[in-house]
Amino acid sequence: MAGKIVINSERCKGCGLCVVVCPRKTIVISGISNKNGYFPAQTDNGDCTGCAACAVVCPEAIIEVLREGSGRVIVAIEPGKEKKPTLTKEKA
Amino acid sequence: MKTVFERTPTLKDCPTHYCPGCGHGIAHRLIAETIDELGIRGRTIGIAPVGCAVLAYDYLDVDMIEVAHGRAPAVATGMKRTNPDKIIFSYQGDGDLASIGAGEILHAGHRGEQITVIFINNAVFGMTGGQMAPTTMLEQVTATTPKGRTAAGEGYPLQVAELLVTLPGTIYVERCALSSVAQVRNTKKAIKHAFELQLSGAQGLSLVEVLSPCPTYWRLSPAKAMEWIESHMTKVFPLGQLKGGR
Amino acid sequence: MTERGQSSRGGDKRVLMCGNEALAEAAIMAGCDAYFGYPITPQNEISAYMARRMPDEGRVFLQSESELAAINMVFGASATGQRTMTSSSSPGISLMQEGISYLAGAELPAVVVNVMRGGPGLGNIAPSQGDYFQATRGGGHGDYRTIVFGPSSVQELADCMLLAFDLADLYRMPVMVLADGILGQMMEPIVLKEKPRRDLPAKEWALTGAEGRPQNIVRSLWLGEGVLEELNCTLRDRYEQIQKNEVICEQHDVDDAEIVVVAYGVAARIVCAAVQKAKQDGIKAGWIRPVTLWPFPIEQISKAADELRIFLVVEMSNGQMVEDVRLAVSGKAPVVFYGRPGGGVPTVDEIFELIKQLTLRSKTPI
Repeated sequence: MAGKIVINSERCKGCGLCVVVCPRKTIVISGISNKNGYFPAQTDNGDCTGCAACAVVCPEAIIEVLREGSGRVIVAIEPGKEKKPTLTKEKA
Repeated sequence: MKTVFERTPTLKDCPTHYCPGCGHGIAHRLIAETIDELGIRGRTIGIAPVGCAVLAYDYLDVDMIEVAHGRAPAVATGMKRTNPDKIIFSYQGDGDLASIGAGEILHAGHRGEQITVIFINNAVFGMTGGQMAPTTMLEQVTATTPKGRTAAGEGYPLQVAELLVTLPGTIYVERCALSSVAQVRNTKKAIKHAFELQLSGAQGLSLVEVLSPCPTYWRLSPAKAMEWIESHMTKVFPLGQLKGGR
Repeated sequence: MTERGQSSRGGDKRVLMCGNEALAEAAIMAGCDAYFGYPITPQNEISAYMARRMPDEGRVFLQSESELAAINMVFGASATGQRTMTSSSSPGISLMQEGISYLAGAELPAVVVNVMRGGPGLGNIAPSQGDYFQATRGGGHGDYRTIVFGPSSVQELADCMLLAFDLADLYRMPVMVLADGILGQMMEPIVLKEKPRRDLPAKEWALTGAEGRPQNIVRSLWLGEGVLEELNCTLRDRYEQIQKNEVICEQHDVDDAEIVVVAYGVAARIVCAAVQKAKQDGIKAGWIRPVTLWPFPIEQISKAADELRIFLVVEMSNGQMVEDVRLAVSGKAPVVFYGRPGGGVPTVDEIFELIKQLTLRSKTPI
């Protein structure tokens, strides 16, 4: 596992966009609802590469992405000509 | 592991009132990230529309004003003319900008106001219950076009970006979409460019039209709504840098 | 400077100006940072004057695409803490009502000048007082008031502007100056003089960019249960303060009068002459001239009605302020109305004859 995501499942509305865009299909919709009655996204981070696709489309901005190494995308459904995804930020 | 993606400070850490899969939340985040990356939180004033995004000030942590339906470009004009050093942006939906506020955006563009307009086009009035917008697609069923929009009855979808391109006062017009990871990233670049132009003192109005999903009133799942943008909306509202490339 | 006949007397600027230009110059003197407006007769001298003067002063002048845009430009500039104004005439003021309501709801200061013309509809361009209801009742949707001045001379029009900007800032609300076609066009010698200014609170609510402080929000939408009611109650308390502190009203020879004529604006000038004529004719006549139309001089008129006398209300309308006079009089005395609507202007003799008839009738045993 080169990457990892943390989903704030209590704030998730279960729209499922992250599930669709995940290139490694590591995100699923939970069968247990959160306190707002939504079935949130959940993951075991199995094959996660930390590509941040899920976070980019999340309308609630509740997915945090962590990654091993330099912080550059290792595997992603990449997006046009950009080498470095503009939305991901390095953190020291 | 290092954190490579997290909520940006200018996007308040609170739940939104938007429906699941709505594009407003994504667009808000892109604006907040832009403001933080450019370091302009302390000199930015945002204008919220009437429509679903009326509460944008609850999510964007900058000085903000909520204004009458469609009048944001006029309000922005009053702000920018008296505060040329401030960064003024309006955030408007299609009902707000293309319908009731068509006059205000046209003339702000015509005068070349140095403002940034983020125009969210989801082809429907969301807040009031899914009525037809000027940008509603032909044959699209809405609360007020129960048999689908017809050209003969309600006219063709209004292409705002193309309209504004014709004005000498606009310096940058781009149409983007929130329909995929790549398109969201591209939208971010467009929004950032629009802010950068204002920051550089460029003389004129910049507008980024964002095709955004409204799963609720399109009666589609969030994932299908994203597909619908690409399969239907981009046919009538082609994406691209229509004026002033970046 | 475009004033004609300018001379200096004791340091004050004594000039001959038309009302429209005088109010514009007074606004500049009041520190108006930005003027936004759309052409409409009979107030076009204001925007022409502002177009010349404001850039000289390093301030903002902009001709908007509509009255809707003008009032919303005012809304934007005001929200950033600037002193700002617009002007228009009756049909244009109708279009501005949306923005005025939002200003009231968002608690934003602004000065709006209405140089009234005949209505309804496009009406005509003759002087009128037909917008009294619209001005004093708020005008737009929702539960609000605007402070309204009804000056009757060019000097007073200029003086009102200085006060209007201060009161707008002090009470954080739109203030309207209600003139008419005659006052706007008429030329009179005036003294443009700085007046003692009010102590005004800092505009901590203004949108200036949230540098080093929490976000400021200017809004008129309050969805939470009871929140809007609370705001409305705050506004009500403020309006009560204004009613208590800001009434301006002139009274002449009321104490021994058997008839009191009430009028404002240009109509009051005519009434003044008619009352003088009546007095020369031996009639005990007095007159009351509200300068603030809201807050209305309720107490002054109520007190005058404690003695048995006739009240005659003269307006250039079908009868609008007369309703406020009747409310103030509260049935204590008879109230008679005389109006000339649609651009009609009453003559001194018309009113003098009416005063004569009314006083004669009151002396006739029934």
